[in-house]
Amino acid sequence: MPHTHDVTVVGAGPAGVAAAVEAAEAGLDVALIDAAAQPGGQYWRHFDEDRARPEDRRGHHGWPVFTGLRDRLYVLRDAGRVHYLPGHQVWLATRDDAGTFTLRVTPTVRDPEPAGPGHGGTGHDGQDPVVARALILCPGGYDRQLPFPGWDLPGAMAAGGVQALLKGHRALAGRRAVVGGTGPFLLPVASGLAHAGAQVAAVVEANATLGWLRDPVGAVSAPGKGVEAAQYAATLARHRIPYRTRTVIRAILGDGRVEAVRTVKVDREGRPAGPEREIAADLVALGWGFTPSLELPLMLGAATRQDVDGSLVVEVDDLQRSSVDGVYVAGEATGVGGAALSVSEGRLSALALAAALGRPRMDPGTNADADRNTEAAGNTDADGTTDGNTSADKSAASGAAADPAGIRRVQARIRRGRRFAAAMHRTYPVPAAWPRSLPDATVVCRCEEVTYGDLRHAHAELGATDARTLKMLARPGMGWCQGRICGYATAGIAAWLDGRRPTADDLLPLSGRTPAVPVRLGELAALAETVTADPAGP
Amino acid sequence: MSTALQGAGPGPTLSRSADLVIVGAGVVGAAAAYFAALAGRRVVVVDRGAIAGGTSSAGEGNLLVSDKEAGPELDLALYSQAVWREDLAEHAGLWEFEAKGGLVVAATEHSVAGLRELSVHQRASGVEVHDVGHSALHEYEPHLSKDLAGAAFYPQDAQVQPMLVVAHLLRLARGLGATVRTGTEVTGFLRSGDRVTGVRSTAGDIPAGAVLNAAGTWAGEVAALAHVAVPVRPRRGFVLVTEPMPPRTVRHKVYAAEYVGDVASSDAALQTSPVVEGTDSGTILIGASRERVGFDRTVSVPAISTLAAKAVALFPMLREVRLMRTYHGFRPYCPDHLPVIGADPRAPGLWHACGHEGAGIGLSAGTGKLIAQALTGGQPDLDLTPFAPDRFTDRTQDAEEAVS
Ligand SMILES: Cc1cc2nc3c(=O)[nH]c(=O)nc-3n(C[C@H](O)[C@H](O)[C@H](O)COP(=O)(O)OP(=O)(O)OC[C@H]3O[C@@H](n4cnc5c(N)ncnc54)[C@H](O)[C@@H]3O)c2cc1C
Ligand SMILES: Cc1cc2nc3c(=O)[nH]c(=O)nc-3n(C[C@H](O)[C@H](O)[C@H](O)COP(=O)(O)OP(=O)(O)OC[C@H]3O[C@@H](n4cnc5c(N)ncnc54)[C@H](O)[C@@H]3O)c2cc1C
Repeated sequence: MPHTHDVTVVGAGPAGVAAAVEAAEAGLDVALIDAAAQPGGQYWRHFDEDRARPEDRRGHHGWPVFTGLRDRLYVLRDAGRVHYLPGHQVWLATRDDAGTFTLRVTPTVRDPEPAGPGHGGTGHDGQDPVVARALILCPGGYDRQLPFPGWDLPGAMAAGGVQALLKGHRALAGRRAVVGGTGPFLLPVASGLAHAGAQVAAVVEANATLGWLRDPVGAVSAPGKGVEAAQYAATLARHRIPYRTRTVIRAILGDGRVEAVRTVKVDREGRPAGPEREIAADLVALGWGFTPSLELPLMLGAATRQDVDGSLVVEVDDLQRSSVDGVYVAGEATGVGGAALSVSEGRLSALALAAALGRPRMDPGTNADADRNTEAAGNTDADGTTDGNTSADKSAASGAAADPAGIRRVQARIRRGRRFAAAMHRTYPVPAAWPRSLPDATVVCRCEEVTYGDLRHAHAELGATDARTLKMLARPGMGWCQGRICGYATAGIAAWLDGRRPTADDLLPLSGRTPAVPVRLGELAALAETVTADPAGP
Repeated sequence: MSTALQGAGPGPTLSRSADLVIVGAGVVGAAAAYFAALAGRRVVVVDRGAIAGGTSSAGEGNLLVSDKEAGPELDLALYSQAVWREDLAEHAGLWEFEAKGGLVVAATEHSVAGLRELSVHQRASGVEVHDVGHSALHEYEPHLSKDLAGAAFYPQDAQVQPMLVVAHLLRLARGLGATVRTGTEVTGFLRSGDRVTGVRSTAGDIPAGAVLNAAGTWAGEVAALAHVAVPVRPRRGFVLVTEPMPPRTVRHKVYAAEYVGDVASSDAALQTSPVVEGTDSGTILIGASRERVGFDRTVSVPAISTLAAKAVALFPMLREVRLMRTYHGFRPYCPDHLPVIGADPRAPGLWHACGHEGAGIGLSAGTGKLIAQALTGGQPDLDLTPFAPDRFTDRTQDAEEAVS
């Protein structure tokens, strides 16, 4: 019988690290599993810790918050209070008859980077299951992608991928870049590229303006965000990067790789409303908001809903509890809202779980400081003006007590964060009419080479009026990525062809995947010996 | 959107009456719609979800004769084979019909003997079987385990892509004047005395000369709306899908001899004898487990891990191949493992075509043609008595409850 932890946290991004640290400090026996080699997730992705340089923190807001959380994590790990398992992916999550949860893990296929300090030392062979009485799932999300001519050319990348190369590898994917799509997350990518020495030929934003700067709800809810945006604006100005609003990339041009983009002005619905122009580029970074990773919550049967940005997210209550008893969810998976909100949600889930289990805190700490500090996660300056903010570091190392007032304070912060996120999503919607002028030859599903024309045929001739039927009849999402990349687009196209807006029912069939990541059949077969007496065996 | 294919919407009550309303746009409903429309009937197909949204898109597309013991189901399977290959021959390419043949392998001399004995009876019923000895096994399947004793090859075994079958049969039926209403749930029946004279639905009443219950695993619930009992229940199955492999890595449908016993079993516990096969897209399908656990949708580690273990035992090279996805469905299951096909004497005007369990894709073509023949007053090509809707006595149901 494997050891049973009080809680397993999946994901060591802002939400997961905060949850693990908070839970362990509340006295819970914690396991923390993360696919990456180092903590930080999407947002605080960084270069190998062993070979860190001061400038690595560039582009990382709330870096002190992160290092504070990370230091606490390592202290807890070294004290044996967090069983931290980096470099491992959870591929199967099941609820056991006894009410516990068993997670099966497999080593992440690693990039050629040498192992960092988070590596090894765990003695885990990747086969032992991780068992716990409760789960806090913080699997985060990744860039939403929309298909259009040329989006599959080498040199066209997801904005998050470009960012990951910069942050994790200090690698620049091109010399002359165009950043396109919608939303404030295009800005850090553009400024990151500029800082790294690329020429950013344009940021192409489908929506009107930096409206959220002026949005009264947004400004009140998260004052720091305005500062952050202003700093990005300053970076764009300093590097003379044109910021073209109400403009979309209509096509990426090139013979075998990206050579230029063709842009066009659009109206509110995304319909062309001006002349086209061509911009030379060898790198295009594309982002249309985020898609939460829902594999694990869906595998366990958690209820979902459609968020303001149109994405499917896990439904949670005001204590981060999903519809499945014992399963808490925090971070992007409950709705996209940035790193600071993710940290708060992670903390709340741990505090709520500790309270539910009746655990007292082991490290009494001051909570007011910690509350203020974590709020800064998304707010501090890209260029590191919070350097030396040691008070923030210190307070981040203490956390908030699991007292009702502490929980209420975190809840209030989450409500503010959500309001801000909703305002942001309303400012930066994916244009409703985005499939309008797609040529039939546009590849929608790259794995199975399914074109927009194939989807139109399946709709018009075969009666596929929803995303699941479209997938069944034309195969988008049936290949290697299982719809991770084309799922959102397929749902949007299904709805568009049927003359309506995409619904949760369109998104759901392309969001669930078992296993959560591909796994060798040998690894699955090995479980047979442990779980069944093989009733029908020869 | 084709004019004859309509979504739910708050539309007006359907005024136009039909000769036949078919409840269920799965493979069985689609086949019945096609053959009834071909016979000149005005058909309306109604489904509460999308087309092929039920079990027809949650299984595999094997058209097997090899796994059936001599008897009425084998007769129906052989009849269906003829319908697939003759009546539907011109459309075969639309649904990727492929006569790849089935290879049933046995691990021990004892199971080889069992295979040979089964084949004697199957041959007598018209099944083509080639005995394959140990030494010839690898000519059929180069990657098979070396530890197998022998096999039987069934050239008639074939496959289709079931969702495309449903979509195209419905498209062809629409071309013949049929109407398909998705997003429309049947909530009751119109009656005139005992007679069923149409359905009540979430989109209004649809009067009809006859109603066909083709609601698959949910056919028992639909029958209950007409106050008749049809004992169809769910039998869960998982299927594993691997990453794409080079073409012809696995050439036929390959499964272990023990599978036949599993199919015919009434045991509620888990049974897993995988059928391993390659697909056009390169992925290898490994399916499927059988267990009676109601409509439990959570992943079963015993089911999927045992499937994997047994598939690896057949093809050791699969050990290093990655599992990309698993899915599951609920086979429509009757206590005696036979489908329900024909008119219901307890409710005149009501017909059934349901309960095809793990063979509904293969049996759909024959079922559809037979139902159309019976509905139009003709003598069906095959005697439908073994499939009679009122054949179930309380005793067969009690015996069934006892094992479950
Ligand atoms: C290009 C870009 C720019 C951004 N800019 C900003 C910004 O300026 N300001 C801001 O506030 N936010 C920004 N964000 C958003 C920010 O990254 C997210 O809000 C934040 O990372 C969410 O935290 P999280 O903990 O929910 O998830 P993540 O940070 O995504 O972490 C999830 C972790 O879970 C792991 N994981 C997932 N599934 C499994 C599994 N099955 N097994 C094991 N591990 C698993 C992942 O590997 C990952 O490490 C940006 C994001 C991107 C991509
Ligand atoms: C894992 C697995 C593997 C399988 N492999 C094979 C195989 O290889 N070969 C083979 O031949 N068979 C196979 N099968 C079996 C086959 O899939 C089924 O027998 C077949 O799909 C049944 O078709 P159907 O049309 O009767 O039911 P369904 O496809 O389920 O259609 C019934 C329809 O009725 C609708 N419905 C229900 N209630 C109502 C209502 N009140 N109002 C309106 N509509 C309603 C449903 O929405 C549904 O669409 C497999 C099954 C499983 C689960």
